Amino acid sequence: MRRHLQAEWTKLRTVAGTGWLLLGLVALTVAVSVVAAAAVSCTSAGCAYDPAKISLFGVQVGQAMAAILAVLAISGEYSTGMIRTTLVAMPRRATVLAAKAAVVTGLTLAAGTVAVLASLLVGRRILLENGFTRGPGTLMLSLFEGPMLRAAFGSVLYLALIALLSLGIAAAVRDSATAIGVVLGLLYVLSILPFMIADPGWQKLLWQLSPMNAGLAIQATTHLSTLPLSPWAGLGVLALWSAAALLGGGLSLRLRDA
Amino acid sequence: MSDRRRGDAPGLSTTVAHRSGFARLLRAEWTKFRTVRGWVLAMAAAALVTVLLGLLSASGSHTSCGGACPAVPVGPGGEAVEDKFYFVHRPLNGDGSITVRVTSMTGQIRLPDLTPTPTPGTRRVVSGLVPWAKAGVMIKESMKQGSTYAAVMVTGAHGVRMQHDFTQDVAGRPGGVSQRSPRWLRLTRSGEDLTGYESTDGRQWTRVGTAHLAGLPDAVQVGLFAASPGDLTVTPGDFGGSSAASRFAEATAVFDQVSLEGSVADGVWRPDDVGVTLDPDGSAHHPGGFKESGDTYTVAGVGDIAPLSDGPQIENTLTGLLTGLIVVIVVAVMFITTEYRRGLIRTTLLAGPRRGRTLVAKALAIGAVTFVTGLAAATAAVTLGKGILVANGNYVLPVAPFTELRVIAGTAALLAAAAVLALAVGTLFRRSVAAVITAIVLIVVPYILATASVLPAGAAQWLMRLTPAAGFAIQQSIPAYAHVLGNYTPSGGYYPLAPWAGLAVLCGYAVLALGLAVFQLRRRDA
Repeated sequence: MRRHLQAEWTKLRTVAGTGWLLLGLVALTVAVSVVAAAAVSCTSAGCAYDPAKISLFGVQVGQAMAAILAVLAISGEYSTGMIRTTLVAMPRRATVLAAKAAVVTGLTLAAGTVAVLASLLVGRRILLENGFTRGPGTLMLSLFEGPMLRAAFGSVLYLALIALLSLGIAAAVRDSATAIGVVLGLLYVLSILPFMIADPGWQKLLWQLSPMNAGLAIQATTHLSTLPLSPWAGLGVLALWSAAALLGGGLSLRLRDA
Repeated sequence: MSDRRRGDAPGLSTTVAHRSGFARLLRAEWTKFRTVRGWVLAMAAAALVTVLLGLLSASGSHTSCGGACPAVPVGPGGEAVEDKFYFVHRPLNGDGSITVRVTSMTGQIRLPDLTPTPTPGTRRVVSGLVPWAKAGVMIKESMKQGSTYAAVMVTGAHGVRMQHDFTQDVAGRPGGVSQRSPRWLRLTRSGEDLTGYESTDGRQWTRVGTAHLAGLPDAVQVGLFAASPGDLTVTPGDFGGSSAASRFAEATAVFDQVSLEGSVADGVWRPDDVGVTLDPDGSAHHPGGFKESGDTYTVAGVGDIAPLSDGPQIENTLTGLLTGLIVVIVVAVMFITTEYRRGLIRTTLLAGPRRGRTLVAKALAIGAVTFVTGLAAATAAVTLGKGILVANGNYVLPVAPFTELRVIAGTAALLAAAAVLALAVGTLFRRSVAAVITAIVLIVVPYILATASVLPAGAAQWLMRLTPAAGFAIQQSIPAYAHVLGNYTPSGGYYPLAPWAGLAVLCGYAVLALGLAVFQLRRRDA
């Protein structure tokens, strides 16, 4: 396994796009979060916004970068034919996928931590200026209070799970354009579907099934009782999606010719 | 003479050769598309998924009214309207006029319930007027809801207005009314033309506007009216989007110095609570009222005289479009990036060395294929989806045939423009993943952030103005009316740009990207 890890790390490290994608993840997440935080303000009537969700808003865009990184880690090999060399050198295909997953997860966790911490710190400053108040009994929590810590930690995990989901799909689909289309469709389109259906029962079910909506429940710090899923259960839904995708991708890698 | 002919001939034949050359290029690109089974299947899947998701969302929408739903009145322009107000009227034959003085306009508004409710059933009602509360004089074809009318009125916060046929609104002078500064209003009928006037003293009159009511019969109703739309609050949804709620509001106006001219039947004023909602026991829900004491008339009304902007709309059946759009983007990107991956691009450029024309032919081919696919999908989704919505008891807001055509053909054009944009981005990047992501981040992500996220309405509107997602405006079938308060936000289905302007923004992006792509294709080695 160590050899596998080293091989995958070397491959990913030496591809030109990786650094840019990780940088893009951090930059996009922070930039979009800052814009979102600057766009909201509290009136004297109260705050309708969840400060954690707003200052981590950029995760919704930054996740695309994690998805590309993961998709390219495997479909890039298919498009260049490198996959055949890889599988000749390391014939245990499940281990190859596991090693790829480990390396991609590690990189996403590292970049995600930077992105989330920076977004929270900058977002907090802007929100305080926009009328969110600090103090006991208010919405604005410090970074180390329970729900805020959960939102921060959970968002990093969320990004890693998105990368794993993308890796599994790419292993199953192989073609990079198709894989990225499927991943983004699954994330963005499923996330908007509940808002387009009037029936509350369907709405709730679709919301709970959508990997992005359910997974981002981890960022909620207010109105928790109105959420269709508790934060950790929501992240669990996303974890199930990722596990299913990895399983499907792993089986496809084992059973099909490369 | 013969020299000139000889000089012309080569030029002419070159043009013909160019034209047939372009047709050949187009044909070549069509053949490339047609013969890749995956792309043809993907396009079919895009159409299918657009229709199926649309139908799924249509079947998730039910309305029941405990029996037959009351018929929604339709205005003279064919739009669904709310025609609910208190009208104190008399018949008028032929030409004539009504003049009144409004000395007071007051009202009451129910505020949102406190949560938690201190004692169940507590209602917080305060005195006040909503901005579009209205009272004044009106001439209306008949007491039938939706019939043609014109009215001059004082409003809660928008001064004097002259409105007619529900959708038309002309501003008079601003300001409200009080005992010390009353407003005089006059409405004159001359054939099918009605003219509204206002005055502060009853001597110096200012014309507010003239309305032409086509087909106005000789016998009409003339009188005093009052109405107040509900108090609207829009709250951001807990997990994104927004929801609008409307609560009871009432307006009461005091009129005096009422004078009628023309052939008005003698007798008494007839009060009518037009369109009042009845409770199950048959009594009126939130009734209006009328009091007459000497020369003073007090009229109180609830409701509105305005186009309906709320309810299922035909574009609600096109919810599957986003999924179809992503498939189209992937196919359009691959239409060019596969050529780079397989090296086919070198053959293509050898056969069509004028690179700009070759790329334009490619764009036309993918655009046309997408347009036809989109047209079929949108037609099926809208016609079938409307059927399902109606079968589920929903009232779909009616629109003119041309508007429906615009929504359907516009959706196809939106897909085609997105395909051209994706193709151009694919040419610029030459790599599928980067191109697919860029196209999706440009078109799909702004739309999603604007309609289904916790982003505030102002930011959402800017996204729908500046990004290629502005093209979605072509789907809006019901316009936002300035004289009706509504949840006019992208999440409510209302876009800041006019339909064609929105599509033009998307097309502008597509043309710009295609221009850049041609420039790059010419400059770089393949």
